[in-house]
Amino acid sequence: MDFITALQVLDSTVRLSTPLLLACLAGLFSERAGIFDIGLEGKMLMAAFFSAAVAFVTGSVWLGMLAGIASSMLLSALHGLASITFRGNQLISGVAINFLAAGMTVLIAQDWFSQGGRTPSLIGQARFEPLTLPFAEALQGVPILGPLYYELISGHTLPVYFAFLCVPATWWILYRTRFGLRLRAVGENPAAVDTAGISVIGLRYAAVAICGLLCGIAGAYLATALQAGFIKDMTAGRGYIALAALIFAKWRPWYALMSCLLFGFLQAIALRYQNIDIGPITLPVQFMDALPYILTVVILAGFVGRAIPPHAGGEPYVKER
Amino acid sequence: MTTAPAIELRGISKAFGPVQANKDISIRVERGTIHGIIGENGAGKSTLMSILYGFYKADAGEIFIGGSKTEIPDSQAAIAAGIGMVFQHFKLVENFTVLENVVLGAEDGRLLKTSLSKARSELKALASDYGLNVDPDAVIETIGVGQQQRVEILKALYRQADILILDEPTGVLTPAEADQLFRILGRLKSEGKTIILITHKLREIMEITDTVSVMRRGEMTATVKTAETTPTELAELMVGRKVLLRVDKAPAQPGAPVLQIDGLSVTDSAGVQRLKDVSLNVRAGEILGIAGVAGNGQSELLEVLGGMRTATGRITMNGQPIDLTGKQSDGQSRRARGIGHVPEDRQREGLIMAYSAWENSVFGYHRDPRWQKGALMDNAGIESAAQEQMDRFDVRPPNPRLAARNFSGGNQQKIVVAREIDRNPDLLLIGQPTRGVDIGAIEFIHKQIIALRDEGKAILLVSVELDEILSLSDRVAVMFDGQIMGEGPAETATQVGLGCLMAGLGGDDTRDMTGWRITDAATIEEGTPDVARIEAQLADRHADASKEV
Repeated sequence: MDFITALQVLDSTVRLSTPLLLACLAGLFSERAGIFDIGLEGKMLMAAFFSAAVAFVTGSVWLGMLAGIASSMLLSALHGLASITFRGNQLISGVAINFLAAGMTVLIAQDWFSQGGRTPSLIGQARFEPLTLPFAEALQGVPILGPLYYELISGHTLPVYFAFLCVPATWWILYRTRFGLRLRAVGENPAAVDTAGISVIGLRYAAVAICGLLCGIAGAYLATALQAGFIKDMTAGRGYIALAALIFAKWRPWYALMSCLLFGFLQAIALRYQNIDIGPITLPVQFMDALPYILTVVILAGFVGRAIPPHAGGEPYVKER
Repeated sequence: MTTAPAIELRGISKAFGPVQANKDISIRVERGTIHGIIGENGAGKSTLMSILYGFYKADAGEIFIGGSKTEIPDSQAAIAAGIGMVFQHFKLVENFTVLENVVLGAEDGRLLKTSLSKARSELKALASDYGLNVDPDAVIETIGVGQQQRVEILKALYRQADILILDEPTGVLTPAEADQLFRILGRLKSEGKTIILITHKLREIMEITDTVSVMRRGEMTATVKTAETTPTELAELMVGRKVLLRVDKAPAQPGAPVLQIDGLSVTDSAGVQRLKDVSLNVRAGEILGIAGVAGNGQSELLEVLGGMRTATGRITMNGQPIDLTGKQSDGQSRRARGIGHVPEDRQREGLIMAYSAWENSVFGYHRDPRWQKGALMDNAGIESAAQEQMDRFDVRPPNPRLAARNFSGGNQQKIVVAREIDRNPDLLLIGQPTRGVDIGAIEFIHKQIIALRDEGKAILLVSVELDEILSLSDRVAVMFDGQIMGEGPAETATQVGLGCLMAGLGGDDTRDMTGWRITDAATIEEGTPDVARIEAQLADRHADASKEV
């Protein structure tokens, strides 16, 4: 593999990692507050559809993204209502959201656009365009660093940069602010938060709202930046991979970046090399495509050492004496 | 000039459905005093304090803080009114540092940095003012229970609490830690803080409080000056009838050895040796009490005997060896050999909290042919047997269909004890039989244990309550650091002597315990044992134990 090919694979890694990273951080906020969210997938899918649909109709990618975020946050509110206010089972609520999104998106898409459950292709202002960072072209001639800057760092869409900036931002919020302290506490021992006179419900809704916001951006990115339009089930299990990455990352922001890059890298490899020859064996394309999912299973089976989830995760908070 | 009382409650009432938890309760607590509230489990103490801390809203009544009427709709309001609460089960975030726990909910501003540095210097001041020393950067799960409790007190003080409510604070503490706590409370009182102490231990009330209120079935039956009352009088007020604080029992008539333990050792999964070459025997018709500070191997001993843990060494039951590692080393096989087991933690090991009392009444014996009806279980038969059992063991309410979690601690324990005693075991293992159990139920359970002994059964009792060990046992063995420190008759044992053995020391105080065999493992100290050293050792043990968990 030469230098340029390697750069291209890494470049593709960055693009493919972005939705995983956004969804992973979304899950991080929610789960750190004690609300398990298996509905990342559904929220992303819903956001992908509405952002593509609105972007197509209005011709504005920004309006599209707003619509995507709104739809995702609506589903978050539903999850909050079910699991925080009514103390329902968080897994069931999440699964319901996934089903709801899978069905609704195709149904509405067919009704609006009659293209077999997809949106028309997006062009021009209805998509996020790659940004060329300053001096990228000028510095292209510099050996090693020039192409690195041009291929890898420059030339991505806005949501990519946003997603990567979210990592230090999440870390800072979690560990350096009052909100972060309380958020982490409410996922570990809500009773401690409650007796300290802070609203457990308020905090958890805030966390779920942030989760909805980030999932919304992830979905919009899929439909308006990575691809040009919505197609049926376009999230393709990214929500679940993000959850696996979250466990892999032990619910920490910097680790989340690393694990999302790893998953993104596997996807990029699969995309680039359809068949890989290892000596006498040829790994078929199906194997390469399945690799990220296989890794997910391996990670979830606990081969990465002990990952301790937030203590109060998945448990509705009931006030007791 | 009279100052307004720190707290005055007038006519507080609270009902949960048909249950009247608090009935027209009035109470005055003067500033700068320690006020005890004593009562059985379910007497309404915790409900009353929860109302004061804003967890529940009273149906009727008024609260006055420092003379002015105050509404307390939530915890925030209670904190603002200067009330701090130390719950029985601590409300700490386990993987946060002490500092973070103290600051949580009382931060200055949106960023943590300033809050944390302010709290750090504040904690230093509080530590020197009240003797509340805790490392601010220690993570909660790595420090001992006594330290965790200090963090709870620090949290309250950091929030400028003038009134401190402590709910059963010594339930989880070693005697030495309890003494330290009482010293701290005395210090707080001398600085003008008002303290409310909720407990069901009479000795604590007598030792530390200025005034005491007694609650019974939701009502305040009396408020008296501690100096003008006696433990017997308080106990009577609590249960509404005379109770025996000492257990009445005939001298033991021990027979042949039932259980013989020889060279028993246990190493846990972390490689720590929990039992070191323990040898003991229990004879028919006697109660052997195992005394010791929690975490010195008693739990492991019970687990090995109950079939919950493997071990090396030799155990025989009625002369027949018991399988310690193989297929016959599970609880089922132990029960088949006539070993009944009332585990130390009834809620985790003795009962399934979500299951009904009748289902719980056969756990461990559910394969008994008596409960089978063809391929199915004879549920109706089990239920009627459970009903009969509950009547005999005075379980309240006597409703076998109620889930285990709906019974009070004492009644849960009666369900477990009933199940194990009813199978007529040759050997009964019983761990912490009366932990968190009210006085009435303690008395009942103790009587059942004695009755079983008088039938000629062998009983191995493990308890951290020295009083319980001394009043029930015929023989006592003391464990420290996985070893038996000494063993001898209960009549000649002294509190001080046992205390030394529990701390791993021999010394003068054990000399006058005639008939006692003190093991070499107990370091013989000349002269009076140094109290500070014992305390330090206890604290070390405790810190180690909590680290290993």
